[in-house]
Amino acid sequence: MKHSISKWVLPAYSALALLILMIPIGYTFVYSFNDSLKSNITWRGFTLDKWLNVCNVQNGAVCEAFGNSIFIGVVATVLATTLGTMIAIAMVRYRFKFRSQLSLFLFLPMATPEVVLGAGLAAQFLSIGVPKDMLTIILAHTMFCISFVVVAVKARVASLDPALEEAGRDLYGSALQVFLRITFPLLLPGILAAALLSFALSFDDFIITNFNSGAVSTFPKYIWVSAARGIPAEANVLASAVFILALIVVVTVQVSGAARAKRLEKLHHAGVN
Amino acid sequence: MTTDTFAESGADLELVGIHKRFPGFTAIEELNLTIPAGSFFALLGPSGCGKTTTLRLVAGLEAPTAGRILVGGTDVTNQKSFQRPVNTVFQSYALFPHMTVLENVAFGLRRRKMADPLGKAHEVLRLVELDHLASRRPQQLSGGQQQRVALARAIVNRPALLLLDEPLGALDLKLRRQMQLELKTIQEDVGLTFLHVTHDQEEAMTMADTIAVMNKGRIEQMGAPQELYELPRTAFVANFLGQSNLFTGPVVSTTSAGVAVDVAGHKIVVPAARAHRTTGEITIGVRPEKLTLHSAKPIHDADVNVMGPGRVTDVSFSGVSTQYLVEVPGAGTLIVFAQNMTFGSDVKFGDEVWVSWGVGHGFGLDDDPADAPRFEADFDTRSIAAQRHLEGA
Ligand SMILES: Nc1ncnc2c1ncn2[C@@H]1O[C@H](COP(=O)(O)OP(=O)(O)OP(=O)(O)O)[C@@H](O)[C@H]1O
Ligand SMILES: [Mg+2]
Repeated sequence: MKHSISKWVLPAYSALALLILMIPIGYTFVYSFNDSLKSNITWRGFTLDKWLNVCNVQNGAVCEAFGNSIFIGVVATVLATTLGTMIAIAMVRYRFKFRSQLSLFLFLPMATPEVVLGAGLAAQFLSIGVPKDMLTIILAHTMFCISFVVVAVKARVASLDPALEEAGRDLYGSALQVFLRITFPLLLPGILAAALLSFALSFDDFIITNFNSGAVSTFPKYIWVSAARGIPAEANVLASAVFILALIVVVTVQVSGAARAKRLEKLHHAGVN
Repeated sequence: MTTDTFAESGADLELVGIHKRFPGFTAIEELNLTIPAGSFFALLGPSGCGKTTTLRLVAGLEAPTAGRILVGGTDVTNQKSFQRPVNTVFQSYALFPHMTVLENVAFGLRRRKMADPLGKAHEVLRLVELDHLASRRPQQLSGGQQQRVALARAIVNRPALLLLDEPLGALDLKLRRQMQLELKTIQEDVGLTFLHVTHDQEEAMTMADTIAVMNKGRIEQMGAPQELYELPRTAFVANFLGQSNLFTGPVVSTTSAGVAVDVAGHKIVVPAARAHRTTGEITIGVRPEKLTLHSAKPIHDADVNVMGPGRVTDVSFSGVSTQYLVEVPGAGTLIVFAQNMTFGSDVKFGDEVWVSWGVGHGFGLDDDPADAPRFEADFDTRSIAAQRHLEGA
């Protein structure tokens, strides 16, 4: 009896959980095709207009916010990943003064509530007289992304056998060559994961951004502002597009990974025989 | 300076007054060593005695606390690792996991901008019989195959000096013998200098022209394998390289022919030329295979040392020979290796026996007997013998 219950409880529970998670996404996707007027709350019929004219409403405010978010995300990711990787390598490989204090400081942005962090930063920018614009957003995002990059890359550096770099030096590789041909390729999976995480964090950050953006609009900020009067369907279009894009990336990576494993397996068998 | 040609021949290596201190630990103390060009030199010693550290100093992966390193007469102490004409086969292989076997082997050639790196890499891979696996990643190879790739990756550069850190440790006995021969052939063919680290004494003795026995960061003795075996200078060497029976006693007379020592009432003679000390309390020894067992007291002969009577406390048969342990009151336990010339053995457990050996086979150690462990040898050598049985099986 018990056995038959356990047979369907778990699948049913999982299906339910998935369904609940999918409802908002499904809703957003479906309503991106809604032939809405001002507010996008009631279904008024199917149209492709919103997808085709996504940048033509409100003087392209949705697209501008979206573009800003992408730009900020890319710049902050590049900065945070570069600096974070260097910090991670230094922290694992070298013993220096204030090393443990540094690791505490890097941990703080992850532990501090975003409201506090955002307000604190805003106050600092104000007191040194830096006007709030794109630059301040990028600085703020870089700051909190670095922490996550360091954590992700540090784990990878720690698992890297120092003998590999020594072998590189022993085989006539200069410091730069050893870094480019051995250290960097071996750290790359960790660095890529850190970069993806950074971009995701930056792209959908609202609280810290709101404190430090001045008049500049970002996608999360735009949605928050327009939520008061009903989010336009164009926002649904962009959100759906991002979701689909992410889905495609994940599926591609999985499929190509499986294909490579298969190829290696074949190679292995060929070698054995 | 990066050499962009292959070494024409091996270079000699000279270590002068090397010290290496790690924080709170002295790994190497006053190491002086000269390895002639083109020789196969083995550095032999127990685990943790500083062998790997010595290689790392020569490779430039570690800087000495004091002392100088010269390769082919050039002081390389302050040269960076990638500038030295030296390559290493690492104890842990350290193959690059993100490159194919072929790219691993070609790495050094590419860094030095040699012509046709892939062709040369294939050639060396054929030498170690791995060319058919050239496109695999290292983690898809067995331990022994990885080791051969590591070897190929170093040899392909034809360094004037090749450092080998226990390169055959992971191989099974048959493959190890085969690789030993191949290594030796390669070394003779190209005439390079090999510095080979191992703790397998048999490997050191079969392969090397010269062996240095290292203990606790110092060289205990250096010489040709046979010389080291026949005439060990210290108790450590006597027991690390093969097994020995060691006795301690006062010198009772010294003539030009021999030094006579009183060992628990037995007068034991060692040739004067084979004794490092000739006065006071000294330690003397003889190899177990030089001993003969007798069931009756042998007739007196000035050229033969006799000990006994003693009692056989252990008999262990090991195929080609039988090992006996003989307890002689006052002198301790002696190990005797006897060739199995007849079926079974005529000496049994508990028998009363005498032990004899030719005077010429004995040797006198340089150690101060106060430091030399009197009979500790027995435990040591037995454990080493047991280990050898396991490896041989
Ligand atoms: N970086 C280091 N810091 C402190 N001590 C070290 C360091 N590297 C090595 N040692 C110590 O130096 C001694 C010699 O080490 P080494 O690696 O040279 O031994 P080894 O002779 O190669 O031993 P094995 O046969 O086990 O490989 C050891 O006692 C080791 O603990
Ligand atoms: Mg070692």
